[in-house]
Amino acid sequence: MMENKIDWISLTLYLAILLFGWLNIYAACYDESHAGIFDFSTKHGKQLIWIGVSLFFALVITLTDPKIFSQTAYFIYLGALLLLVVTLFVANVTKGGQSWIDFGSFKLQPSEFAKFATALALAKYMSSLDLDYKLVRTKIVSWVIVLIPALLILLQHDTGSAMVFAGFVLPLYREGLSPKILIFGLIAIILFVVALLVNRFIIIGMLALIALFYLFVWLNKRTRKHYMWATVVFLACSLFTLSVDFAFEHILEPHQRDRIYVLLGKTDDTRGTGYNVYQSKIAIGSGGVIGKGFLNGTITKADFVPEQETDFIFCTVGEEWGFVGATAVTLLYVCLLLRLVTLAERQYSRFSRFYGYSVASILFVHVFINIGMVLGLLPVIGIPLPFFSYGGSSLIAFTILLFIFLRQDQERSKPV
Amino acid sequence: MSRNQYQERSNVIRIIFITIGAIFIVRLAFLQLFDNTYRDLADQQALRNVTQYAARGLIYDRNGKLLVYNEAVYDLMVIPKMTKHLDTAYFCKVIGISREDFDARMKKACRYSTYSPSIFMKQVSKEEYGSWQSHLYKFHGFYVQKRTLRVYDKPIAAHVLGYVGEVDQSDIDNDHYYKQGDYIGKSGLEKSYEGVLRGVKGKRVMHVDVHNREIGPYKNGAEDTMAIEGGNLYTTLDADLQEYAEGLMANKRGCIVAIEPSTGEVLALLSAPGYDPNLLVGRARGENYLMLQRDIAKPLFNRALQAQYPPGSIFKVAQAMTALDLGVISPSTGFPCDKSLVGCHNHPSARTVQEAIKMSCNPYFYFVYRRIIQQGKYSNIYRDSPYGLTVWHNYMERFGFGTRIGIDLPSVKSGNIPDTNYYNRWYGAGKWAFSTIYSNSIGQGEVEVVPLQMANLACIVANRGYWITPHLVRYYGPDSTRNEEFYTRHETGIDRRYFEIAAAGMYDVVHTAGGTARRANIADIDVCGKTGTAQNIGYDHSVFICFAPKENPKIAVAVYVENAPGGGGFWAAPIASLVVEKYIRGNVTRTELEKYYREAAPCQKLPLTRISKKKRK
Repeated sequence: MMENKIDWISLTLYLAILLFGWLNIYAACYDESHAGIFDFSTKHGKQLIWIGVSLFFALVITLTDPKIFSQTAYFIYLGALLLLVVTLFVANVTKGGQSWIDFGSFKLQPSEFAKFATALALAKYMSSLDLDYKLVRTKIVSWVIVLIPALLILLQHDTGSAMVFAGFVLPLYREGLSPKILIFGLIAIILFVVALLVNRFIIIGMLALIALFYLFVWLNKRTRKHYMWATVVFLACSLFTLSVDFAFEHILEPHQRDRIYVLLGKTDDTRGTGYNVYQSKIAIGSGGVIGKGFLNGTITKADFVPEQETDFIFCTVGEEWGFVGATAVTLLYVCLLLRLVTLAERQYSRFSRFYGYSVASILFVHVFINIGMVLGLLPVIGIPLPFFSYGGSSLIAFTILLFIFLRQDQERSKPV
Repeated sequence: MSRNQYQERSNVIRIIFITIGAIFIVRLAFLQLFDNTYRDLADQQALRNVTQYAARGLIYDRNGKLLVYNEAVYDLMVIPKMTKHLDTAYFCKVIGISREDFDARMKKACRYSTYSPSIFMKQVSKEEYGSWQSHLYKFHGFYVQKRTLRVYDKPIAAHVLGYVGEVDQSDIDNDHYYKQGDYIGKSGLEKSYEGVLRGVKGKRVMHVDVHNREIGPYKNGAEDTMAIEGGNLYTTLDADLQEYAEGLMANKRGCIVAIEPSTGEVLALLSAPGYDPNLLVGRARGENYLMLQRDIAKPLFNRALQAQYPPGSIFKVAQAMTALDLGVISPSTGFPCDKSLVGCHNHPSARTVQEAIKMSCNPYFYFVYRRIIQQGKYSNIYRDSPYGLTVWHNYMERFGFGTRIGIDLPSVKSGNIPDTNYYNRWYGAGKWAFSTIYSNSIGQGEVEVVPLQMANLACIVANRGYWITPHLVRYYGPDSTRNEEFYTRHETGIDRRYFEIAAAGMYDVVHTAGGTARRANIADIDVCGKTGTAQNIGYDHSVFICFAPKENPKIAVAVYVENAPGGGGFWAAPIASLVVEKYIRGNVTRTELEKYYREAAPCQKLPLTRISKKKRK
């Protein structure tokens, strides 16, 4: 057993994001009459406490035996599921979701902790010695492990957090999941968007043309197998297209429909549904190259953007630090993600590698959805920017998620 | 199964991460680097420019008396979006308006913008504001903005001072300094000295939050500018004389212009009927303006500068000077009073120019004008007359006739001195001669003169041959700026000796037997004058110009009384002499005469309204 130092690159990136995040929370809540840093009645004051607690957890994890996480993975998972179920019964409705357990002095969001619990459990399952991922049964079990917490969170009306679980596609893909799933997913999203914008019969016509092109021009191999494939894919896509309207009208909730319409430019409602993103774009766009300067954001200071210290924290960066600052934050995240992939690849245990990929993927989905939403590229889905947004549960949960992996990495073992 | 199966897939995942990062950075570049609209939008919603209105400059008379000053009023402003929780009934009770009125005003404000402030109630007086000032904090979304309104110490000189009103769209288009709701001088000195009087608006940039509450000054006031007060005008008007002259013109229509000949300074300028300038201030302005506009006596019309009258016999003075200068007559030329040529009153034939002026002999000036127009340059009178007319036209322009006199008031008319083009248009080239146009000789026919030009003619004789641009402002602003134009002499180029003859003739008009204006005689003061009776479609107009004293004249006056039968000697001359006496002596000894002309109305048949009642709320 070889003892390594903790990966200082990841640690530095983590601390940089944490510090810059806090500065922006301070700016977003800045009030000249309450300018004290250690005023714990303010949000930036509270966030200092959460940062302290997170660092404490990080330290504890660094001091524990890393094997304990793989050994207790299923228990942690079950514990998290139990918490989610309990939440369903005791939670109060907050901001359209019911994902909080109120402990009086503080509130806990179990869905944040379910993420690393699921990562642990799935990593544990995927590293079983006798596992053959080619078996259908294995695939089903792996997806069940992901879908149970996702469904429980969906029942809490927290669509954003539930969507994070789709991120497990990436580690599964790394371990052997067919790339067709990724491609189909991509095609489905494209078709969904196009179906909302273009007449469905035009789309079906286009699909038919593509299928014919595929058969007669590109492949030019007219075997029965290819005919069959082309027909099946064509029919599946057409059916999907036809069902988009139905799904859109009957499965999505009205506010979700509105947000998608706003994104697609079908409704231009800068006072209602589109208000957040409109203001967010104004804040970011008015930042210019180097921004208006720390604590000088006119939009930030004037509370134009709702949820600015939580889900919309990135527009504070855009306004006060400009293109330079916003790009820097984006790059910090990309570097952290790439570093995590590198770390995952150097693991000798399959458990650590899978867990590492899960960490990278969960962080990625958060960053992707959050910044995409703030920049007006994705519909409004409320999930926090990891290590950056205000909020104790998410900061602590993300820290635990990351440091369990860094701890695994520290004690990566040679192959036996 | 190999441990590192699918390892190459890690690169796919890396590419996904990098791609998304790149997309975000490109998007950021589009939002932050290539698109300025967001910066403007941000400023629009987070910054509020609060205008600091500059107090308008004050206006003084020649003796330092204050004519126009300012009084503070308050505009009650509203931001409709912020009045959601307003207790409307309570608000109406405090402010003192009805519910319907409230709804109408609110609707108007909402139509402008629900987010931006607009005027809810204009120009609330200090007293009214004081009565509910202490309640205002209860009404979220309402605040007051301080403005200033003009106050006129005495109800005089309305036409000279002009009035101030809110800018209209064309003002805003012409000068981007102005914004909706600003005030601008609309007429008179207020208009011509707008640039001096208005000062410079200042602004404060306030940072406002999403609820439109002011958070504080933007960038600690780095972009704020102070308002600079408007400059004062020090006018040439004599307030006492102006008031006195306006009193004399009560019940009459017409105008008086009094000028100090040596300087061109206008001492009094008025048009009757006039109006109280205070009528065109404040909330009742629109209503009063309409009332004045509808008045058939046209009180808003400044006759002294804009009315183009036939000058009548006063015009003869300029004819005599022109003919003498041309050498077509000599001072001792005499002409018979031949009433078959042109009508005249009964008097002996004039043997000299001086006598002709004194008796105002029409046939005499018929002959004079014929000598000017038909100088014998060409044997064909149809060629000779246009030549003579051109020479004459040139002389008339040197007297200021037919030109726009550069007084510092807007909308001055030039009158009409016909030239060859004018008659060619009417009759055709070569189809007119002296016999067609002889009425001009006695100030009738096609000649039209503005009363200011008549007073100027009196100045020219008083100065014996030159005039200085009549003006109303001596100097203005903090640096006492003077307008150089007002110090240049306009020479007629006619010999001083001839003007001495004119002055002597005008002296005789008032002082000797057979003179047409004996009523203008003042003991101790040598008034030199010339009467005129201008024929027109209705009753004759009564005209008189004069200056006094004969040597070193202090004042030149023109009086024009519309539709006043009895001739220049009966109406205009005594009024002018009263003005002269008032100015030179300071008080008037001829109280009986004064009383008569104050009360007399020349023509009862014509409707007259003198609006002087103060109708301000």
